Amino acid sequence: MSRKKDKLARPPGRGSVSRRDFLRGAGVAVSGGLIAGETTKARAAAGATTPILGPGKVPITLRINGKPQTLELEPRVTLLDALRNHLDLTGAKNVCDRGTCGACTVILDGDPVYACNVLAIEAQGRNIQTIESLTVGGKLHPVSAAFVEHDAQQCGFCTPGFVMAVKAFLDHHPNPTMESVEKGLGGNLCRCGTYVGIRKAALQAAKSVKGGLHNA
Amino acid sequence: MPSCKYDWPAAGQRKHIGKRISRIDGPDKSSGRAKYTYDVNRPGILFAKVVGSPYAHAKVTSIDTSEAEKLPGVKVHIVQGVGTEIHWAGSEILLVAAPAEEVARDAAQRVKIDFEVLPHLVHEEDLSKVGDRGKPTAEQKTGDAAAAFSDPDAVIHEGYYGSAIIAHCCMEPHGQVVEWTPDGNLRAWESTQNVSGMPKEYADALGIPVTNVRVMTPHMGGGFGSKFGADRWGSECAKFSKAVGKPIKMMLERDLELVMAGARPPHYAKVKVAAKKDGTVTAWESDSWSTGGPTGGGIPPLPYALNDIPNVTKRHTAVATNIGPIRAWRAPNHPQAAVLTLCALDDLAAKLNMDPMDFFQKNAGLGGERADMYRQELTKAAELSDWKKLWHPRGTKIAGNVERGLGLSLHTWGGRGHNSRGTVTINPDGSVEVAAGSQDLGTGTRTVIALTAAETLGLEIKDIKVSIGDSALLPSGASGGSTTVGGVSSMTRRGAIDAREQLFAAVAPSLGVPPDQLEAVDGKIQVKGSAAKSVSWKQACAKLGMNSIKAEGKNPGPCELISSGVGGVQVADVSVDIETGLVKINKMVAVQDCGLVLDLKTAESQCYGALIMGISYALHEEKIMDNATGRMLNPNMEFYKLAGIGDIGELVVHMMTGPGYDERGVIGLGEPPVISPGAAISNAVANAIGVRIPTIPITPAKVLAALEKGGVA
Ligand code: FES
Ligand code: FES
Repeated sequence: MSRKKDKLARPPGRGSVSRRDFLRGAGVAVSGGLIAGETTKARAAAGATTPILGPGKVPITLRINGKPQTLELEPRVTLLDALRNHLDLTGAKNVCDRGTCGACTVILDGDPVYACNVLAIEAQGRNIQTIESLTVGGKLHPVSAAFVEHDAQQCGFCTPGFVMAVKAFLDHHPNPTMESVEKGLGGNLCRCGTYVGIRKAALQAAKSVKGGLHNA
Repeated sequence: MPSCKYDWPAAGQRKHIGKRISRIDGPDKSSGRAKYTYDVNRPGILFAKVVGSPYAHAKVTSIDTSEAEKLPGVKVHIVQGVGTEIHWAGSEILLVAAPAEEVARDAAQRVKIDFEVLPHLVHEEDLSKVGDRGKPTAEQKTGDAAAAFSDPDAVIHEGYYGSAIIAHCCMEPHGQVVEWTPDGNLRAWESTQNVSGMPKEYADALGIPVTNVRVMTPHMGGGFGSKFGADRWGSECAKFSKAVGKPIKMMLERDLELVMAGARPPHYAKVKVAAKKDGTVTAWESDSWSTGGPTGGGIPPLPYALNDIPNVTKRHTAVATNIGPIRAWRAPNHPQAAVLTLCALDDLAAKLNMDPMDFFQKNAGLGGERADMYRQELTKAAELSDWKKLWHPRGTKIAGNVERGLGLSLHTWGGRGHNSRGTVTINPDGSVEVAAGSQDLGTGTRTVIALTAAETLGLEIKDIKVSIGDSALLPSGASGGSTTVGGVSSMTRRGAIDAREQLFAAVAPSLGVPPDQLEAVDGKIQVKGSAAKSVSWKQACAKLGMNSIKAEGKNPGPCELISSGVGGVQVADVSVDIETGLVKINKMVAVQDCGLVLDLKTAESQCYGALIMGISYALHEEKIMDNATGRMLNPNMEFYKLAGIGDIGELVVHMMTGPGYDERGVIGLGEPPVISPGAAISNAVANAIGVRIPTIPITPAKVLAALEKGGVA
């Protein structure tokens, strides 16, 4: 699978224009459906060399938080449903199931993705990192700790997704500014309104990570 | 000094109260450990999906589930059979369930239901088109508005204002996981604001004793007023689970969550207001209308906040629609009433050529017993927003395409603590637990319980275990109306003081003084004022031998620990791009009181969150209903827009604390700060562009349409 496709499923944060900005500017919807459509076309073009899998269950091996896990899943099962329904890894949340809110954010080969917009079968052979891996030996990751310190969470339902988005953002942007944080996290939504705490937490976590408090 | 046994400690003696305490369940949430209803997986579980009506008003004429039932493991449960009528789109006709979630979704697609479509009404803004669905209520009168309006010296403004219907859009949708034990007990994990009240709902619907139902909500992902009941889908899910003999998880999919699981009613009004030339408001007249969905719904409290206007005449029409039942939405009816009132008064101030800050200071007396509070808060808000420097008369052209403006609003709320019971346990090993059937919606329920107990027992917050979210615990009220923090903190205070008294009695002999000469401070039980004569907390508890102390705390109870009635003032500072119509928030200031602040950090979070929710509903949110089909056109989070992290500008929160506030005791804070943003932002936009956008949300299309008719463009 190509890297290009991943970019489509990924929340903004790497580029200079956030998805929300883009939508506002362009006034059109970019949805998971469009992405899937392009993927299908790419597959069709590949013709006979592409093996046909499914529609029944197939064995799928995922490397999650460093450990390989084999499951029997229909090829259409999303990475999010695989994690939540089949592996009891429920940190990533299902909120919109359509690549809008970021509550399902996990890190795939170092980049944040919406797990509801990635098929489990596509994530094979990749390093999948979920929020469950961030706490090591009972010690919170500096990003999680900064969320606690700055009260960047109320009901907490968006929080795991935001924590993963912040972690991935800081991995790529070790010297963030308030402005870059707002752009970089524009792909995640919170209903309780914790953005003030999240902005502060992201800026503080950047400092802690640099100060050597890096968990993973 | 406290004069009543259970009083809050005096200002100088507070170790935790009023400090900036991190929420105690923060680490569980930010590490992903916190388990929500949606996260509960049970062995052999089935995933259920709702098959709802595509029509807003229809009769079910046939149901065919045969194709769905051909899929592996699919089960069907009819909620509403052939011949029944539905009154809003999405309304659940049946449930399907399967061992795999994707198969359950397939099954839902394969169900065929025929309907006889009936006439619907999903728009109420144009009252001339609602026909006999509108029911006028009796006119209410105070003083003589007609006479006041005909005073030749009166300055009069007339306008139309409104606030569109919006959704709750909780991040965790409504839903539950239900499971029956072999002996006929129901266990339900439920995303609810009402843990203790829930078993009765299930028991009544299922015809089983309430003792056979246990409801658990360890964490829940937002409610905002929409999650008080088990809902029909909850009890039907329990019936379904019993019939198939398997646990079932049924969380609403996002589209149905937005379509039918909660809406804040719209409110519209034609308003006429009058003032004397010096700005003193003299009269109010309004014709308001709204809908509660199938029923007429609530009446907005008009005129809002400044409700002592001497001459008032008001009429209201309730419209029954097919948009689905409205639910309480954080400060029910107040944000809408604030738009109807504060925008009209702001327009009157503009007509009088008065700075609204001066105008509202002048009229603060109309706020009755909140008058002084409003005055102080207006002064503080003016200072924090740099009002004097930044405010300009309405519509003053600045330069270029971006116009900046300031606006303000004020609000009030009750917030008296609800009934609450809980148990404070001190064990011989020194461990302490407070347990109550309450819930934490993200407001910090756990944290205020822990800090109150720690304060009372002279311990650290980490020394207190808090158990909530389980109906097996002593009952505590539902979390609505900003009543939880007052309820559980006063319950905890009373229980912890009684428990402490029992501990003092056990320890007193060894310290050679009567129990009432002891105090609990810094992890010790000591003779009052004498740290030398002390035993450690652990040593003290060891004296209990085999017996834990269990004291029940209650609210209400002796001593005035809580009260009600808060005020708040907010200022919005916005920029409007007059070419695109986009409104950008530069800054918002919230000045808020809530009596005695228990935890400054989570209190401020409530205000920040309210400002952000307010920005969201003022600029983005609307359930867009389609007249032709009766359906919601934007039932997804792409087009039902919430404000994002880049949309909020700078937010400043100032809590009024100290003398004059603290001694009022604890008052709820959840709703009040969410009331003003709509009116404040609307007023700021009017100040920027010189014309009023009559209804919120203030979308670019509305801004451009208004500018066509006038203003700075
Ligand atoms: S659940 Fe994946 S983006 Fe919302
Ligand atoms: S904390 Fe509740 S949705 Fe973000």
